[in-house]
Amino acid sequence: MKIKSFSDYADFSDLQDESLPEVPAAQRLASIGDLLERDSQREKDGFPRKIRIGRIVKPGRGLKEKIVIVPTTVEEKFLHDTREQDQEEAGQAGGAGEGEEGQVVGEEPVHGEEGSGAGGPGQGEGGEHEIEAGAYDLGRVISEQFELPNLKAKGRRRFLKKFSYELTDRHEGFGQLLDKKATLRKIIETNIGLDKIPDVSDIDPTKLLVSPEDSVYRILSPERDLESQALVFFVRDYSGSMWGKPTELVVAQHVLIYSWLMFQYERQVVTRFILHDTTAREVSDFYTYYSLKVAGGTKMESAYRMINEIVEADSLDRDYNIYVFHGSDGDDWERDGKTALAQLRKMIGYCSRIGITITPASMADTTTAERYIRDSKILEEHPKEIRLDTIDEDAGDMRLIEGIRKLIS
Amino acid sequence: MELISQHTKEIMEGCKARARDAGLRFQDESLEYIVTNRDLLELGPKNMIPTLYDYWVHDVEVLQEKGKYELYPNNPYETVINTRPAISFYNDNNPDWLNVMIFYHVLAHIDFFQNNLYYRNTWDEDFAGQALSDKRAIAALRSEKGRWVDYVIEFSRGIDNLVDHYGELSRLGRPAETQPITRIDYYFDVFLQSVQKVAVAEYMKELERYNQTVRDFDPMAESVFFAETRKKYPEFDALYEKRKREEKTPAQDLIQYLAQHAQWLQQPENQWMKTVMEIVRRTSLYFQPQIRTKILNEGWASYWHEKLFLTDDRIRGNEVSYARVNAKVTAMPRMGLNPYALGMRLLSHLEEMADKGRISYEYQRLVDDDQRRQYDRHTGKGPSFVFDVRENFNDFTFIHTFVDQDFVTANRLFVAGRRLNSQRGVWEYFVKSRNAEEYKKMILESLYHPPYIHVDEEKTKDGILYLHHAYEGKPLVREYISNTMLGIEYLWGGTVRLETTEAEEELSSGYDDIQPFYMPPEAAKPEDKKIKLQQIIYTMEKRKLTRAVQ
Repeated sequence: MKIKSFSDYADFSDLQDESLPEVPAAQRLASIGDLLERDSQREKDGFPRKIRIGRIVKPGRGLKEKIVIVPTTVEEKFLHDTREQDQEEAGQAGGAGEGEEGQVVGEEPVHGEEGSGAGGPGQGEGGEHEIEAGAYDLGRVISEQFELPNLKAKGRRRFLKKFSYELTDRHEGFGQLLDKKATLRKIIETNIGLDKIPDVSDIDPTKLLVSPEDSVYRILSPERDLESQALVFFVRDYSGSMWGKPTELVVAQHVLIYSWLMFQYERQVVTRFILHDTTAREVSDFYTYYSLKVAGGTKMESAYRMINEIVEADSLDRDYNIYVFHGSDGDDWERDGKTALAQLRKMIGYCSRIGITITPASMADTTTAERYIRDSKILEEHPKEIRLDTIDEDAGDMRLIEGIRKLIS
Repeated sequence: MELISQHTKEIMEGCKARARDAGLRFQDESLEYIVTNRDLLELGPKNMIPTLYDYWVHDVEVLQEKGKYELYPNNPYETVINTRPAISFYNDNNPDWLNVMIFYHVLAHIDFFQNNLYYRNTWDEDFAGQALSDKRAIAALRSEKGRWVDYVIEFSRGIDNLVDHYGELSRLGRPAETQPITRIDYYFDVFLQSVQKVAVAEYMKELERYNQTVRDFDPMAESVFFAETRKKYPEFDALYEKRKREEKTPAQDLIQYLAQHAQWLQQPENQWMKTVMEIVRRTSLYFQPQIRTKILNEGWASYWHEKLFLTDDRIRGNEVSYARVNAKVTAMPRMGLNPYALGMRLLSHLEEMADKGRISYEYQRLVDDDQRRQYDRHTGKGPSFVFDVRENFNDFTFIHTFVDQDFVTANRLFVAGRRLNSQRGVWEYFVKSRNAEEYKKMILESLYHPPYIHVDEEKTKDGILYLHHAYEGKPLVREYISNTMLGIEYLWGGTVRLETTEAEEELSSGYDDIQPFYMPPEAAKPEDKKIKLQQIIYTMEKRKLTRAVQ
């Protein structure tokens, strides 16, 4: 249920029933490059940067919404802060029709609310697919603007059904470009065969026979490209303790990471989404990944084991650079993390990078997971393969990007 | 973007004649354009004004997360533009009957723009033309000053919601012959009461002395009277002169104040910035009335398109299609606020009330329900009353004055509350109240209301600009303070202070020492929240913001 406020109404959309243009803002821009240049110039001029990377949820037809990722900005002014203080019972709206006072007349999912408007990850079937168009640009923005490091391909390469056309192949008889040297060589060869060249040290070119078949050309031909491909596992703790802000942060960061990888791997990114509480489950799209919530406890081991199983079953490590990003509030029922660590070590064997983000509830000091991971010294032993970052609940975009840098650099 | 066809234009002219007969008043000329999706893409960010100045933010998706309505109070896709002649935009595949309906809607908007007194400041100019010249001025400056033009636009826009629309109207509405306060008026109305704060007896004595002087020395009474006065209050003349001086300098909004008083802007190399600031200010002022009359304006247009189209013979054969379009636009939504529906219903309600003579003290005094229901004085004043409303009201006064329990009950309106059902993970909307006062309050709270921030001239000294925010129950959005003040500091050319009020939150919950294993959401809410207000002074100095509790 989406409530339209009265500023959402306008003659053009409502009276003329015009479906308003829904072109991603990225296309409206002169160029992202210009924007970024402008923004870095701002910094040189002594003003804070103003372009932010945004994850905007566009309401689509019906209840579906899709995520579009674009650079955004906000025009700051002195404004009244109308945000409600009270989380439990917030917001008022108008309504009309039947119903006693106190009667419930409608509802909307908690996450739908957070996602609507802007600033939060959103919903919509096929969210994963929709996200792709904007993600590449966003990836570029964050790579360039925030100077995120470039990835080194792990060395595994894979044939793709992608060709580039080059003038590398030779062809006799016809083609795009005459290869003079090869043609001459061919002519000599033919003439030797015809006994036209009695003395190789003294050739008289005027005597040579030139047949059309001897012309050798360069011809355009498809070349198969070799490219790295990335497989990313996004893992999110959806246990009962992950409520509100931590989830938002984790998902926001995962969108950013995804975008960055899209850019790094020239769109060759495959994503898998895994949610876990005490047991893990794989979900098919980003929307489900974002919006599901249960009230159970937490066992990180379950998710790690699932990844290992998926990778082993299809020998995915042979063909892919594998990344695992895990967001959690750091709670784990397994106090010593013994089995989780075992699974982690197994993962380190094939992963290009494992990035764990912990968003602890504000009152906790060191969380269970963080403690056992640090105690195990696994971070020091494999600094290239595994990173851990702890983010405060009230972190903003900048902090998230800082976090990404920590996780991937 | 091209003009509508001659055939369609003819329909428009026919609609104009009928609308005039019904009492609407508007300028003869109007321009109608067909717009394509492509046009809309360009027009949207510029609020459908093709000639608005270029600014890079128009090309970027603007985040609307906080205080959305306050920040961007307009839906960018309006159909009618308030210029002379008025411009309106149309889809190229509207059937004729739909165009007739839309034309009536549009004409009512034009009537509203040209007659509602809150638009007084836009009556004398053709905004599209003005905007075009502004756009050229900015383009010319940009070729000379480059990105600095955009900084000045940005910083001016940061404070363009503080323009003094009501002040502007008040100056325009004042009769030309208004004289500055007379010496006598100042003496009795201001000086004795506010400056000297004399007792009533003393005041009466002075009054009597004046009357006596008039009786004795009529033509020269005033000079005789003040000759006496001067002996008693030697400072009076100086105070009166001061007061007269103050009256001559009109109240200024922040942009005007900066343009006039910032030393930095007076330097020859910075003079150009004032041009840009004035353009931003003028543009903002132009939009102010529209922002403040959304419900009334849309209500008025819907009221008329229904009234005129239903009696138009061209509706024949299209009644069902019309009903569908009209219902979509003017049905009261189960949840949410539809300005078309609300405004239209309230106007119809008022027309009926006025017709029956119910907008009267006599009716208000009735408490007997039955008598109220049957009260009908057949005054026939309904139509003229709604025209009065169209001329003299804006959203705030319209809602504040006329939403009553009769209206709320008749339309089965309610205030919807929202609460979290944590078990099911959903927000529930429920009927919170059907009380008219509550409903009124809810609407009034959602209306555009920028904070009142003015320059405190007494505290502005030593090159430090001192701004004062009058607290109206809500603090300012804190995240935005820094960048807004950064802009003001740049334009002022020196340190800027802002005095504002914020709530101090004290948490008194004992969670700190307990390591939570798992905390359900409802427990995460801190208990015993105490809110104490405190005065905060923000200082922006050398592009660094500091916050101090006063």
